[in-house]
Amino acid sequence: MKDFLKPHRLVMIGIALALILFCAWKLNWSWLPDYLHLIPLAIWRTIWITVVTMSLGMIFAIMLGFAQAAGPAYLSVPARIYCSIIRGTPLLLQLWLLYYGLGSLFPQFPWIRDSFMWPILRQAWPYAVLALTMSVAGYEGEVMRGAFKGVAGGQLEAARAMGMPRFTAFRRIWLPQALFRALPTIGGETVLQMKSTPLVATITVVDIYSLAKRVTQDTFIVYEPLLILAVVYMVMAGLIVLLFRWLENRIPSRTA
Amino acid sequence: MKKTIFAVAVAMTFGTAALAEPLKIGIAAEPYPPFASPDAAGNWVGWEVDFINAVCAAGEMECVITPVAWEGIIPSLTGGQIDAIMASMSITEERMKTIDFSDKYYNTPTMIVTAKGSGLTPDAAGMAGKIIGVQVSTIHEAYAQAHFPDAAEIKTYQTTDEGFQDLAAGRVDASQADSIAIDAFMSSDAGKACCEVIGAVADDPAILGAGVGVGLRKGEDELKAKFNAAIAKVIADGTYETISKPYFASSIYGG
Amino acid sequence: MLSFAVTAGAASALDLLAWSPPGWGATLVAGLWNTILIALGAYALGLLIGVAGAFGKLYGGPILKDLLAVYTTLVRAVPELVLLLLIYFAARDALNNLLNIYGYGPIEFSGVAAGIVVLGVVQGAYSTEVLRGAILSVPAGQIEAARAMGMSPMLLARRVTLPLMTSAAVPGLANLWLTVTKDTALLAVIGFIELTKATSLAAGTTKSFLTFYLAAGILYLLLSLVSGVIFGRIERWARRGQRNAGGGGI
Repeated sequence: MKDFLKPHRLVMIGIALALILFCAWKLNWSWLPDYLHLIPLAIWRTIWITVVTMSLGMIFAIMLGFAQAAGPAYLSVPARIYCSIIRGTPLLLQLWLLYYGLGSLFPQFPWIRDSFMWPILRQAWPYAVLALTMSVAGYEGEVMRGAFKGVAGGQLEAARAMGMPRFTAFRRIWLPQALFRALPTIGGETVLQMKSTPLVATITVVDIYSLAKRVTQDTFIVYEPLLILAVVYMVMAGLIVLLFRWLENRIPSRTA
Repeated sequence: MKKTIFAVAVAMTFGTAALAEPLKIGIAAEPYPPFASPDAAGNWVGWEVDFINAVCAAGEMECVITPVAWEGIIPSLTGGQIDAIMASMSITEERMKTIDFSDKYYNTPTMIVTAKGSGLTPDAAGMAGKIIGVQVSTIHEAYAQAHFPDAAEIKTYQTTDEGFQDLAAGRVDASQADSIAIDAFMSSDAGKACCEVIGAVADDPAILGAGVGVGLRKGEDELKAKFNAAIAKVIADGTYETISKPYFASSIYGG
Repeated sequence: MLSFAVTAGAASALDLLAWSPPGWGATLVAGLWNTILIALGAYALGLLIGVAGAFGKLYGGPILKDLLAVYTTLVRAVPELVLLLLIYFAARDALNNLLNIYGYGPIEFSGVAAGIVVLGVVQGAYSTEVLRGAILSVPAGQIEAARAMGMSPMLLARRVTLPLMTSAAVPGLANLWLTVTKDTALLAVIGFIELTKATSLAAGTTKSFLTFYLAAGILYLLLSLVSGVIFGRIERWARRGQRNAGGGGI
């Protein structure tokens, strides 16, 4: 800690604190009391969208990565095409394509409204979750492909030599080792995923970004809500980084 | 050397002040037929575009139509990127805290459109438990939030078209918008097939405002007087009717 | 019946995408052109900031290092959309206030210029990290040998550091190019007419959402495929004369 607090750093921290105090005093925070009760729910929405899409997406990413690393051509080629398409088009476009594009089909097929899926198809968040999950699967599929390929072949050969069934070898050796290799990258990608959640505001899902926009529209105050928004995202990014650092510390590493 | 630079700077300052800069008239970058929407060649056409041209001609002002995102149009005005807003913006007290308005140039009622045969009424009782679609940052959003507290959800869209699209798709039960925008939707195939207008909402002048006017920065009284004179001239000499005829059956000036 | 509907749909879709009005093809391509222009400008600006930032982080004083660390952390922690709005409104207002003090009128930022500045600042942070990693990967022995032979710092940078650094930086820079081409879509939210906004306008006016979004997706895919080919060539050129890395798999 003493290393960190060199003189110039103390000065800079002092300046930063002074800046924050100045902002807290001078800027227009009159809107806060009216909207404070909406903030926790909005933050929760952002968090659960990130967590759910990251988890679901990773499951698909593992499958896609494995298909590309070790699968036969009829699996690896479609997986590769899928990853290329997802990574080659903007997420905003994918979101709008799913929500408005599919939505434009609904009037042509009236029977959809009577089906059991209708309550889900009507709302906006399933499309957001679907689009973000597909995006995670596409990007992390690439990461997992590299991770699977990077696991030392000797380990897998040893497992085969000991007579381990193929699925057990996958479950106990290939997959965990690939995940450990990929963990730092996945941590960075999780932060990137969290940063793409504001886009769901354009398809009417109310997250913290959408709430900040609403404050601006109601009160015409532009900067203060955006600053609070930036702080919220910085805190969340910091928490994600800390979480992944903790996970990385728990990975068994050889000391021999 | 320093003197030359100073002289050039002074000359530039006064020079630019002397040049008559064209007025930048901000319109919404989102399509809002029949008032302003882009055609396939990328030009903006519509009643409001024609009206802007007429007012600028009547006021002898040189105008440049500048599309700006609707959400950021007021900050763009106060920040100086545009000089006036003519984007079907209603004159409301809330907005008048930040900007100034000219006299109104049209006033149309606010209506609600729903799926055919829905049996809903355009009041709080009818909207209870329903999902309502409105355009973001409009008087309709403010009205719905104030008057329909029991609505299941109020969904906000970037453009009115997207809201109507979701109404046709069945994702919202009702859409609240300006009657002219609704008419434009109802005259399309999608609108005729899916939906019907159930009537106007109860008036609330504080929220719905007193018609649509030109948005101006506070303190620009000279410009405001110019616009008011130009609008009055356009109405008085019949240009208003000439513009409106191809678009509307009756006058939209309103009471 | 279904095939008839599909072919009728396809025919009308091609009509909508036709080049001249009432087809929207030309508008979409104009949007694509804007996208490419902004991406190129932002990428170049990002590279300039990145080179300065990388050298600053590696060879600068402690204050400079800390400031750059704050810059890169902020940009990487806050969503681009929020940064875009902040920089767009705040930078414009700050600049105009500054100009007001000196008596000049407000500068009109064209959409292209604003987009380039905003995205360039964001790209700069990521470029700094990529270039810093690339410079660090230059073998120290080569630099020491060059210094021992009396090469001046400029000659050292030009003959040793830059060529070796380039080949390590190209994959990261290729990723950044793909990122910036897709980030231009975010400018649609501030109303600027690039490909995604043009598509949204066309779709909203004609109500053919599926047609236009699919067409835009295909255009973006083409852009990324062509970029991939070009960057592959650049990487081969940058790696010329080096031993083949990545041999010896298991």
